[in-house]
Amino acid sequence: MPLDLQEHLQALCAAPAPSGHEGPVRAIIQDAWAGRADKLRTDALGNLIAVKRGSGPEPRRSIMLCAHMDEIGLIVAEVREGFIRTASLGGIDYRVLLAQPVLVHGRRTLKGLFGAAPPHVARSRDKYPAADDLWVDVGLPADEVSALVRVGDIITVDAPAVPLKGDYLAAKSLDNRLAVAVVTLCLDELARRDHAWDVVGVAAVQEEVGSYGALAAAYQIAPDMAIAIDGSWGVQTGVGDDEGFRLGDGPTIARGPNFHPLLVKALHAAADDLEIEVQIEPTPGHSGTDAWEIQVSREGVPTGLIGVPMRNMHTPAEVVNLRDVTRAGRLLAGFIAGLAPDFLDSLAWPEAATSKERDA
Amino acid sequence: MTDVLRELCEAGGISGDEGEVRALILKHLEGHVEDVRIDALGSVLAVKRGTGTTGLRVMAAAHMDEVGMMVMGFDSDGTIRFSAVGGLDARILPGTRVLVGPDRIPGVIGWPPVHLNRGQETMPIDRLRIDIGLTKREAAQKALTPGDPIIFASAFEVLGPTVRGKALDDRAGCASLLKLVQGDPFPFDLHVAFTVQEEVGLRGARAAAGRIRPDVAFVLETTACHDLPQDPDEPDQTTITRLGGGPAITVVDRSMVSDPRLVRHLVRSAEAAGIPHQFRSPQHAGGTDAGAIHRAGAGVPSAVVANPCRYLHGPYAIMSIADWENQAALLRAAWQTLDENVLTRR
Repeated sequence: MPLDLQEHLQALCAAPAPSGHEGPVRAIIQDAWAGRADKLRTDALGNLIAVKRGSGPEPRRSIMLCAHMDEIGLIVAEVREGFIRTASLGGIDYRVLLAQPVLVHGRRTLKGLFGAAPPHVARSRDKYPAADDLWVDVGLPADEVSALVRVGDIITVDAPAVPLKGDYLAAKSLDNRLAVAVVTLCLDELARRDHAWDVVGVAAVQEEVGSYGALAAAYQIAPDMAIAIDGSWGVQTGVGDDEGFRLGDGPTIARGPNFHPLLVKALHAAADDLEIEVQIEPTPGHSGTDAWEIQVSREGVPTGLIGVPMRNMHTPAEVVNLRDVTRAGRLLAGFIAGLAPDFLDSLAWPEAATSKERDA
Repeated sequence: MTDVLRELCEAGGISGDEGEVRALILKHLEGHVEDVRIDALGSVLAVKRGTGTTGLRVMAAAHMDEVGMMVMGFDSDGTIRFSAVGGLDARILPGTRVLVGPDRIPGVIGWPPVHLNRGQETMPIDRLRIDIGLTKREAAQKALTPGDPIIFASAFEVLGPTVRGKALDDRAGCASLLKLVQGDPFPFDLHVAFTVQEEVGLRGARAAAGRIRPDVAFVLETTACHDLPQDPDEPDQTTITRLGGGPAITVVDRSMVSDPRLVRHLVRSAEAAGIPHQFRSPQHAGGTDAGAIHRAGAGVPSAVVANPCRYLHGPYAIMSIADWENQAALLRAAWQTLDENVLTRR
């Protein structure tokens, strides 16, 4: 069945699945990947791992594609007088949650919102209230709330995806469901193309709380090479082109200590061949993505990162350009289809070659 | 039961652009009133004939407009500059979904990622932008015109005993007034006014009262409520009203001292009929159309009956369905026994 990217992304984003509670989104991904991979399994932490076998000779090399499927979310910390105090799961920005609608996943799903004092009674409009002073209101009497909601229940923002003009889509959780969609697109294209390498697609859990899913997945898979896919900061009001990347100008290829320089080079070469516009994302240290953990898994893994520029990251209104998502999928598929069985040799450090010559 | 309320809340009508709400009001008034007119400002005025027991000219008002925003211009990147229409706290805007312009184009209000934006306190509204997916100023100029309305994109939801929605202020009052108009006649001719521009200074009510010239006026409103768990080190905010405590009778607010004879009559009527009610605490800011009506002409004794709503002037407020139903019930009870005697000074 042909893949409708917007529909796929909207379904992915609609799933309420913060770190550690990825079940609802995993089910959707399982359905999307089932027909596009040879083998699917869910590991001990909840990572969904899809293997699509390559045509190269045994022992075949494998490339791991890592897209985290968890979203930032909240967890019930206290129920008092029918109102709910929250703690965060991942990098929540409480400022942007003021007055936002949420879903409280208690014994049944309750619609509510983060209550904001109206201007009539607001104590100060000069600063944001502390997280401790914010309460979720589900509009029910206190005894009913106590019966339905417990400490530890999860809360997600209630923000359906909204197609904007052009190729833009606004939704919650585009970080990082967009990357899941990139992997789906890649698997979909590879179904019609020959590729020598095994491809292992991972929908990883718990990135937003410390990349714990990717850590465990990389250990099990022991890939020869890995590419993480994640959102990048987009240029927007308040974020200049010194900090972000333009939406619509293509995915980014990150460069810095987290990434194997020759893999970065090979990705750029693939983008050139495929005539896909890409941007360079200089990353001086921790990339803030699963790539950071994967790179140092076991004996070390040559790792790359494809970014998709996104506005309003970590808000209920993340915005991406769908063409950038499509291009990232095409880039990965084209890169993988072009991998020779002995591609790994081309990642050998140039200094190693010269020292060998010297030894000889 | 809440169908009309849903329809009214989901309609867009910032101050000065109440057309969509006006059309709904006119539709629901049809067959229940006479002398329907739209005045010079856009308020809907009509008369519900009474039994003629008393010749008192009674005015009842609810405002059609809602707090929202207006398109002010466009940046070179195609994003939209905007300003508040009515009392909006800019802190609640980032990350919010909106509908822009007469075609209700979906958009979102941006906010830089937290990673690049720690420590940022409030961002003034003139630095916030709306993204509708256009990337050039020229494209935005083609799609929209400065002055176009912007409303919250908020679906109306029933949450059990409460409802959650935008514009409950004051579509809840409009819906109550429609219910009263659609019911049995009162002892007097009831002059109803669905007013415009309350949120920018009680403008519609002033002109409406100028035309109706009532002897006495009732305003059907919503009022602030913040009965959340309180910080023990701060003044208690729960005193203003409590959700589920019944409709709130205003004794005094920033715009008016309610006429004590009317307040007494409302309380006695509520007690006689066993209708829950409460008093809105005078300690908090806020005013209503009554602030304009009571000063109209030679002066008009006025009172306000308001539904407590949490989170007014935002994308979603929460209101008790029982409070809302009791607003109409209380006024119905009070109006059935309203005559000149109520206004007699002792």
